[in-house]
Amino acid sequence: MDFRLTEQHEALRSEIRACIDAHIDDEVIERAHRTGANHCVELAKALGDSGLLAQAMPGEGQDPMAMWMLSSEAEKAGAPFDSVGMALVIAGVLNEAGTAAQNQRVTAALLAGEEFVCFGLTEPDGGSDLPAITTRAVRDGDEWVINGSKMWTTMAQVSDWVFLLTRTDSNAGRYGGFTVFIIPMDTPGITIDPIHTMSTERSNATFYDDVRVGDEWVVGEANEGWRVVSIMFGFERGMANTGALTPLLARFGKWAEASGVIADPVHRERMAQVAIDAQVAELLTQRTAWTAAVGEPSGTEGSIAKVFATEAYQRHARWAQAAAGPEGLLGLNEPGAATDGWIDHDVRHSVPQTFQGGTTEINRNNIAERHLNLPRAR
Amino acid sequence: MALDFSLSVDQEAIADAFGAFFAAESPIDVVRGAEPLGYSPRLWQKLGSLEAPGMSVPPHAGGGGATLSDLVVVAEALGESIAPVPLVEHWVASRAYPTPEIVSGDQIAAIALRPADAEGIWRLVPGGAVAGVVVGVDGDELVAVHSSAPMVSPRNHGSAPLADRSARGGQRVVLGEAADLDRYLDLWRVLTAAALVGIAERAMRMGVDYVLERHQFGRPIGSFQSIQHGLADLPALVDGGRFLAHKAAWAFDAGLVDGAGVIDMDEGNITEFAPLAAMALVHAADAAAVSTDRSLHYHGGYGFSLEYDIQLYFRRARGWANIIGDLSLQRRRLADLLWGRAEATAGR
Repeated sequence: MDFRLTEQHEALRSEIRACIDAHIDDEVIERAHRTGANHCVELAKALGDSGLLAQAMPGEGQDPMAMWMLSSEAEKAGAPFDSVGMALVIAGVLNEAGTAAQNQRVTAALLAGEEFVCFGLTEPDGGSDLPAITTRAVRDGDEWVINGSKMWTTMAQVSDWVFLLTRTDSNAGRYGGFTVFIIPMDTPGITIDPIHTMSTERSNATFYDDVRVGDEWVVGEANEGWRVVSIMFGFERGMANTGALTPLLARFGKWAEASGVIADPVHRERMAQVAIDAQVAELLTQRTAWTAAVGEPSGTEGSIAKVFATEAYQRHARWAQAAAGPEGLLGLNEPGAATDGWIDHDVRHSVPQTFQGGTTEINRNNIAERHLNLPRAR
Repeated sequence: MALDFSLSVDQEAIADAFGAFFAAESPIDVVRGAEPLGYSPRLWQKLGSLEAPGMSVPPHAGGGGATLSDLVVVAEALGESIAPVPLVEHWVASRAYPTPEIVSGDQIAAIALRPADAEGIWRLVPGGAVAGVVVGVDGDELVAVHSSAPMVSPRNHGSAPLADRSARGGQRVVLGEAADLDRYLDLWRVLTAAALVGIAERAMRMGVDYVLERHQFGRPIGSFQSIQHGLADLPALVDGGRFLAHKAAWAFDAGLVDGAGVIDMDEGNITEFAPLAAMALVHAADAAAVSTDRSLHYHGGYGFSLEYDIQLYFRRARGWANIIGDLSLQRRRLADLLWGRAEATAGR
């Protein structure tokens, strides 16, 4: 085994870091938390202009290390990066399954960091059981007419596009009869209702009333949409959002030194454990990227990394808050807040990590069935 | 050089050869037959015929000159079979004191993990019950002491060949200063971590096999989600332990020791050997403890009975790790390596 990045990867990491440093400051971070959009147009544009987004797009023939480095550097800097991460996933899906015209119109704009996309997958009654969705697209002449609603369409308010999963044939079996569309958000009939959350992040419910679109916005084949979302899940899982322990520990360590808490052996013991779990999370994530790079993904590495990293993040964020006492309760940038309030943010932000992008339970099913070869339990 | 999570071609060959060796020569009845002492002279002899005891010693001292990464591969195979031989201790002690008899394996060497007490006794030395030479710290010195192996061990949790050994009661060779022990302890940490990863891996597999075979309510219990999810947490622990042990070994083999590597807590970038070795041991100890615990639990009462093999793994998971002392103190020691010693860092 070898744990050293190539010189090219080190150079790429420096370039990513410089780009993030040039566009992220306290004000940008504060704005993201105030508006609820984990989104920074200037950063996205700069990453797009320098070709870093095109490099980091997931997919065959691409370098998965680039996506991991982009995500992990953004996490370390506390940069509002979610909208870019989502754009990269959809760019990768369109690159693999979309038409030339879609790639020219949509993928290019996503990779330029100029346009953004939200995920229209989950519904009020279809979350982990995604095939249970009821949003329908019905043929009407040359057009499709879409009716239904989606939950957790985070970033819809800043998006130019929605990547929308619909039912087009209810008699085609559990995984048949789905169609995926990529649709301009300003298409008549789409409305957005905000959902405010206990972290600063805003999500949305989106509604689709007689939304009419042409065949040019179908991604892949009609009724073959499950193949398209499967590509997406392969990209989404386990290479991003697994690096939160490093900034948590870095900030806590600085606070512990300044406050003198670092002399307490009990706290030192736990800090050491956080450092171990941070290393393990990073190694498992790097392994996910590496198996994708050598073309041997079993499909469970991402689940293994995600479950471990997100559970450890929750566990240690809650410990850090308790360890910091009353000052650990104060919010971002409040005077006197331990770690300038990042601990409070981490406790909040770590909550959805164990359900968004695939719940811990769905990932455990995946590991049990496909890694340990246990029988299907549902 | 680039990130690579696969074994080299040579290491694959080593893994296959030692995997096959331990499967053939240390099946579970050999492990059981060696209890309670935890030592099979016959197995040790066979390892000697493969020149395994001298693997860790550099060629100029007559040894095999294996890298630490190669030794990690063998130690994991040993752990998978819970082979009743003190190979890890012997490898570490022989790096400090490579006499021809030790390199050949004709004489077993052990390493005292704790300094000799006021009476000049090394307490509960792993491998100490069967070793003719013990390497350890006595006062200011690192010494090797030749004396006869007692060949008995107090009954202990992991059925390990432990013994109290005198640091003063035999032929005594001064090897260096007390502080020199640290580097040998780090080798022990990495190799013991690898052996514990082998235990964790095998215990997980035994659990999976058992829940597929055991039927209740008309179905294999492995089809129940509650059991699946308990097992599904284990691959992260096992793989994490394996990668940490290999990363530590990689750092050692690349010379990233004594400050040549990186410890950057802002970036989460750690390539220095000593903290990686500490991390590997603590994590692998946890992984082996959790994996054997869950696997035994899913065996129900059978797992608790001596007849079933999982209890052998459960006990060694704890016995092989805790012999270095309270793992909480190992974590505090890791904190010293990462942030400096407590009194030096507060209020900085």
